[in-house]
Amino acid sequence: MSAEREILLDVKDLHVTFGSGKKAFEAVRGVSFQVYRGETFGIVGESGSGKTTIGRAIMRIHPTSAGEILYKGNRINGKISRQLDRQVIQEIQMIFQDPMASLNERAKVDYIVSEGLINLHKKMSDEERRRRVQQALAEVGLLPEFASRFPHEFSGGQRQRIGIARALIMEPECIIADEPISALDVSIRAQVLNLLAALQKSRGITYIFIAHDLSVMRYFSDRIAVVYKGRIVELAETEELISHAAHPYTRALLSAIPMPNPVSEREKKLTVYDPSIHDYDRNPPRWQEFRPGHFVLANDREMEEGFGEVNDFDYLSS
Amino acid sequence: MENMNQETILSVKDLNIKFTLRGRVLHAIRNVSLEVYKGESIAIVGESGSGKSVLTKSFMGLLDNNGFISSGEILYDGKDLTKFKKEREWQKIRGGQIAMIMQDPMTSLNPLKTIGEQIAEAVRLHQPAVRGGDAVREKVYAYLRDVGIRKPEKRYKQYPHEFSGGMRQRVVIAIALACNPRILICDEPTTALDVTIQAQIMKLLKDLKAKYDLTIIFITHDLGVVANIADRVAVMYAGDFVEIGTAEDVFYDPRHPYTWALLSSLPQLGKKGEELFTIKGTPPSLYKTIEGDAFAPRNPRALKIDFLAAPPRFDISETHMAKTWLLDPRAPKLEPPEGIRNLRKLEVLG
Repeated sequence: MSAEREILLDVKDLHVTFGSGKKAFEAVRGVSFQVYRGETFGIVGESGSGKTTIGRAIMRIHPTSAGEILYKGNRINGKISRQLDRQVIQEIQMIFQDPMASLNERAKVDYIVSEGLINLHKKMSDEERRRRVQQALAEVGLLPEFASRFPHEFSGGQRQRIGIARALIMEPECIIADEPISALDVSIRAQVLNLLAALQKSRGITYIFIAHDLSVMRYFSDRIAVVYKGRIVELAETEELISHAAHPYTRALLSAIPMPNPVSEREKKLTVYDPSIHDYDRNPPRWQEFRPGHFVLANDREMEEGFGEVNDFDYLSS
Repeated sequence: MENMNQETILSVKDLNIKFTLRGRVLHAIRNVSLEVYKGESIAIVGESGSGKSVLTKSFMGLLDNNGFISSGEILYDGKDLTKFKKEREWQKIRGGQIAMIMQDPMTSLNPLKTIGEQIAEAVRLHQPAVRGGDAVREKVYAYLRDVGIRKPEKRYKQYPHEFSGGMRQRVVIAIALACNPRILICDEPTTALDVTIQAQIMKLLKDLKAKYDLTIIFITHDLGVVANIADRVAVMYAGDFVEIGTAEDVFYDPRHPYTWALLSSLPQLGKKGEELFTIKGTPPSLYKTIEGDAFAPRNPRALKIDFLAAPPRFDISETHMAKTWLLDPRAPKLEPPEGIRNLRKLEVLG
């Protein structure tokens, strides 16, 4: 079915390098994926895997060092026309992880939410701007009078809603949500996730959902890409990935999800990913189709024999 | 489990803690009683602001200046900690008897000292038997190895900024261990960490508990995390425990509507395409006196009596208690929500 779907975003062999010369560090090393309109595409990985960098490269916050990012068929990385830049700014928005740090403490909610509008539509009347702020606040479940308050007057969940309103007011087609719920309490997490899901339904927004936690991903994403050290190691539709995880890193991520079942949790063996199990020096990995629609980074031997058993975890004997 | 034969290490009786804020009084801990058994790990679970951190801070005399214990007892080792007045008295408890690991490893270490010095400081203060620079250093290496930090000789000389978040939390744990405590309070030790690192730290804490014969009090807002580590679970709401039981009691046979709600809102239990369960409303203001069941205004299936009188403590078994009118014989029989009835059959992913 995916063949008929419209590709909104096409990332081809993306590389992002920080620093230069001897100190150069390649944070993203050849990542390719496509995001279809209206879906939720999950990027999962641990801290330092490069998942946030991918999101920021799409947002044009980080310059890319190689590869292409196509949005609706137009290249949006590197030098682009002003008109396209404005289009990207309006149509792709971002929600950040820490609602305590991502809002300007000195500005009122009214300004925080409408800052993007002010910059993009310089001729918009004040009345129109206010109306849009009210509308955006209402849509995320906040009261209109909150517009005249400062961020410190709100709880974590409310702040995250302000962050979402700030993205919504631009009427984006695609929202990159970078760990939008990690900093929130469990009960608030569910509220924010429900809000994001409802907005997707009513507006048809495409999400790129970045997180380290597969349990949230599983609930929220249509397809998931697993990122390890700047490369995608596995990509599939959510249920396929969960039930037939191939790559040992994906399996390690799955085993780390805490389940609310004390008996099975106590007996659970924690699997830890040890990259030395691959013999990639002699037999380098390729991007291969493991099952229909389920891709994995593996070499030919691994495709034939599987990845082998993952090591049991053992620290105290180190 | 076999709690009835267990020895109590810390006992909280009818504790009330209040804070004065701008002339108003906030009643943060409302008549709380809790027994902590020697050698167990007990998890205190609740939302932000439920009072779980305030309660455990009071065990170490670390309440903010505007906070005070208005009544009740905290019995430890034959002494009532609420009677402590001087810092000197608390110094004997802090670290050496009860140690604490905080949430954020980025802020709980001194950025200007090497991690080796920071652990050595704890060894010198709390283990006077270990004398001489070399002996202390060897001891520090041993702790570093215990918390899973390799090449301790090299790591000893490094500063906190040279460590990742997970490694820093291991250093914090090493410092706590070096105090040689009997009780280790872990205040959301993994909230700031990745799931994979979280799982490793939980495993580490379990191993260390066995090796050092520790009693662990684990504080978290996430019931999913504690299934792995907790022998017993105490659910806190608005400054009081609403349900206490073994992990099996609380996960497989939860009785309080708030426990039901907390379990139901776990994203692990969410089904794609359906709304996740959310707890409506916000916790009550603790500036006001709470009438009836504190959770009633947020409980869609609350009984009339929930708004009239505070529910007493009902004992379901020797290990399991809950404060809800649903356990009164006159109350209608209510089943827990469907999504959490079969947690016993819930499989581990992957």
